[in-house]
Amino acid sequence: MANNEHTITIDGTEIHFKAGQTIMDAALSAKIYIPHLCHYPGLTPSGNCRLCVVELNGKHVTACTTQAQFGQQIRNQTPELHAARMAITQMLFVEGNHICPSCEKSGNCKLQAMGYYLGMRDEHYPQFNPRREMDASHPAVLLDRSRCILCDLCVRASREVDGKNVFAIAGRGIHAHLIVNSASGKLGDSDIAVDDVAANICPVGAILIKEKGYVTPIGRRIYDQRMISEVAFDEHVPEHEEHGND
Amino acid sequence: MNQYPNHCVDFYASHVLHRLYEIQHTERHISAESMTRVANEFKMSASQVASVVSFYAFFYPEPVGFYHILFSNCTSCGYQVGQLNLLEKICRLLSVVAGKTRGDGWVSVGETSCIGMCDHGPSMLINGMPLVWLDDERITQISCLISEQKPLEQWPVEWFRVESSIRKHGLLLSETVQPGSSLKKVLASAPQQILNHIIDSGLRGRGGAGFDTGKKWQFCRDSAGEARYVVCNADEGEPGTFKDRVLLENNADALFEGMAICAYVIGAKKGYLYLRGEYRYLLDHLQNVLKRRYAKSLLGQSIVGQAGFDFDIEIVVGAGAYICGEESALIESLEGKPGIPRIRPPFPVTRGYLGQPTVVNNVETLIAAAHIAKNGRDWFKSMGTEESTGSKILSVSGDCRKPGVYEYPYGVSIQQVLDDCEADNVQAVQIGGPAGTMVARKDFSRQISFEDLSTGGSFLVFGENCDLLSVNQNFARFFAHESCGFCTPCRVGTSLLTSSWQKIMDGRATSLDIHEIKQLSALVKRYSHCGLGHTAANHILDSLQQFSERVEKRLTRKTFTPQIDLDAALEAARKMTERNDADAHLE
Ligand SMILES: Cc1cc2nc3c(=O)[nH]c(=O)nc-3n(C[C@H](O)[C@H](O)[C@H](O)COP(=O)(O)O)c2cc1C
Ligand code: SF4
Ligand code: SF4
Repeated sequence: MANNEHTITIDGTEIHFKAGQTIMDAALSAKIYIPHLCHYPGLTPSGNCRLCVVELNGKHVTACTTQAQFGQQIRNQTPELHAARMAITQMLFVEGNHICPSCEKSGNCKLQAMGYYLGMRDEHYPQFNPRREMDASHPAVLLDRSRCILCDLCVRASREVDGKNVFAIAGRGIHAHLIVNSASGKLGDSDIAVDDVAANICPVGAILIKEKGYVTPIGRRIYDQRMISEVAFDEHVPEHEEHGND
Repeated sequence: MNQYPNHCVDFYASHVLHRLYEIQHTERHISAESMTRVANEFKMSASQVASVVSFYAFFYPEPVGFYHILFSNCTSCGYQVGQLNLLEKICRLLSVVAGKTRGDGWVSVGETSCIGMCDHGPSMLINGMPLVWLDDERITQISCLISEQKPLEQWPVEWFRVESSIRKHGLLLSETVQPGSSLKKVLASAPQQILNHIIDSGLRGRGGAGFDTGKKWQFCRDSAGEARYVVCNADEGEPGTFKDRVLLENNADALFEGMAICAYVIGAKKGYLYLRGEYRYLLDHLQNVLKRRYAKSLLGQSIVGQAGFDFDIEIVVGAGAYICGEESALIESLEGKPGIPRIRPPFPVTRGYLGQPTVVNNVETLIAAAHIAKNGRDWFKSMGTEESTGSKILSVSGDCRKPGVYEYPYGVSIQQVLDDCEADNVQAVQIGGPAGTMVARKDFSRQISFEDLSTGGSFLVFGENCDLLSVNQNFARFFAHESCGFCTPCRVGTSLLTSSWQKIMDGRATSLDIHEIKQLSALVKRYSHCGLGHTAANHILDSLQQFSERVEKRLTRKTFTPQIDLDAALEAARKMTERNDADAHLE
């Protein structure tokens, strides 16, 4: 089949896609950045953060869950989408407790980097100040739910890559929260390991590796060097492994 | 005679929601140990079970009272009666704090979203049973019985009597489908022929969205799969809707007949009736109807003697979550998971229950299909409008003298309904519940139809004395409470809308806040994942547009006021320091 039947257009730029790719996959391969927090190439897309919403034939769809199809005309960088992405990012900030200057994830954090990328200057909305449980029971991994953005990445990484099912989301509405799959509900009693993808994929400072916080000094961290819009092109989780237990 | 499969008609703990209900019911909560037990029984992980327990409103991690009361907080069947707050009253009488089980473990009082008793006055669920027509006196009597620890079985039975107040019979309600009469007719023709009949009738879904029913069945029939399923959506969670309840009470045979016809058309062997937890009291009745149908060979193997036509129906009862009315969330719930809407496409007709092609239809839709199969498409098309054939069953409640169920040909005007239900001095009507449209008096000539105002069946009347802004506040809280929490704009946005609207109610909002609320509403509407978020801000936008002068009256003149009342925040400090002089106040 002719290759030119596998093209879509994003903001006027025509790009190729492979059969089965989503708009997000195709955009990332073509080095076009569509903002996202809950997506990570190599994991099943979820579509929960809604930052990657683009305009497709006048409709709003998430780029991460929508299949690329020949001839799609997509708008990604528009003032309206920019404003919406800013508002959604601000919502994520006020929903949790974010204390960037004293957070050890500062500079390595995608939420913070997204704020910079979008030119966000304040949180705009009133703070929710939630009280969420901290879990320090594991010797090497710390879980601070107050910074969790419910992106579901750790849940998917644990299931799909680590083959472990350590995390899940419980509760509904604004009470949604991350839970740990162990009889006590504590991370220390789960089978998470420090080098699991699930322990390292958290885009914010909710799941942290202990005693590593300041190994890379501030100023030399990921987003101190490069914009989130460039770093995104290098990301991919290890290929799915087969786990025979389900 | 067909032998019915046990798990189909006996309330059987083969479904995780049923098993959890059983535990909740006997132990009054679902402890961590119980969750572990259920996880082992169902081969689920501990966290999967915990996710389910914490998603559904009727499951509790801490014990509720032996008398567990949930007041409906609907604008029609809610606990606020004029100046009287029935919930506060019973809390006072029984010395309980809402949301907390009393120290001795006997009583707990809380609230829940509309329980579908809107034509029965203020209502509650007590240990899951609807108790209707509440008033000041009844509340006092209830608190006495509870104080005496009298078992519910000894309470007056008429308190629990839910009537079917059908006020107007139309196409569907004036005629009963004799069990088997439609089916027998259908079996004389090939499935595709019946399907063409349904397509030609112009029948569109009665659950709100109005998708062409015949087309839906055709898509499902044409989809490749190992099995196919028929699911009846009896979740009826839209506040102000109760017509499906009345249909389940009176027309269950026609409904099961409709499901069987759908099964015949699409080639399904199994059907599910997903019943909202609030309607659990209908379970016995529905199971009896199922049993009768098995006995008459209208369900089971070789239905009415037709070799190869096998179809079973099972009932699954929900546990308090409006979002489970959304069809893909409903399917998740059927699969024993939290009701989080799926990514669409794929749609249920291609990948639904257990990944197989599935038709999800509203109760009224399936009943209409049974009638069409029997009486023909022309009979059906003789009523209604061009794009909306047939009739619509409305649940009418609020400020009117004759609340109840009314069936009209599509195209009926709002004014006509108001005249029939004897409502005068009406300010506004909410069509289609909180997710629908608020219509002001000047537009009462508008009509109920897919061309104009479509509705799942909720018709809420607000009289002259109703404070419409508090209606918005009620709706805003409803959506924040019922958001599934999956996507950011809805999860956070509905909470923000609630607090912003509260700021208006408190008289502390400025014109800047109105601008903000409009932007926020547009964002929630446009960027959410599913229909809940897409419609959650409609009532706010309607109100701001149609009743702007009322909103403006409540604004302060300042250009900006902080979200919190700073002076009020000092109250605790004033109390502690026993000061109340001018310097202890701001402003
Ligand atoms: C938040 C939400 C709640 C819904 N609740 C119901 C409901 O209670 N009953 C219903 O039949 N449809 C409900 N729907 C619509 C269903 O998703 C679906 O469209 C319908 O059941 C299809 O049946 P129909 O084609 O017969 O109308 C709801 C949709 C949304 C988005
Ligand atoms: S998690 Fe990220 S956004 Fe939150 S406080 Fe830490 S650095 Fe800031
Ligand atoms: S719109 Fe609301 S209910 Fe729907 S998926 Fe998003 S959070 Fe859940």
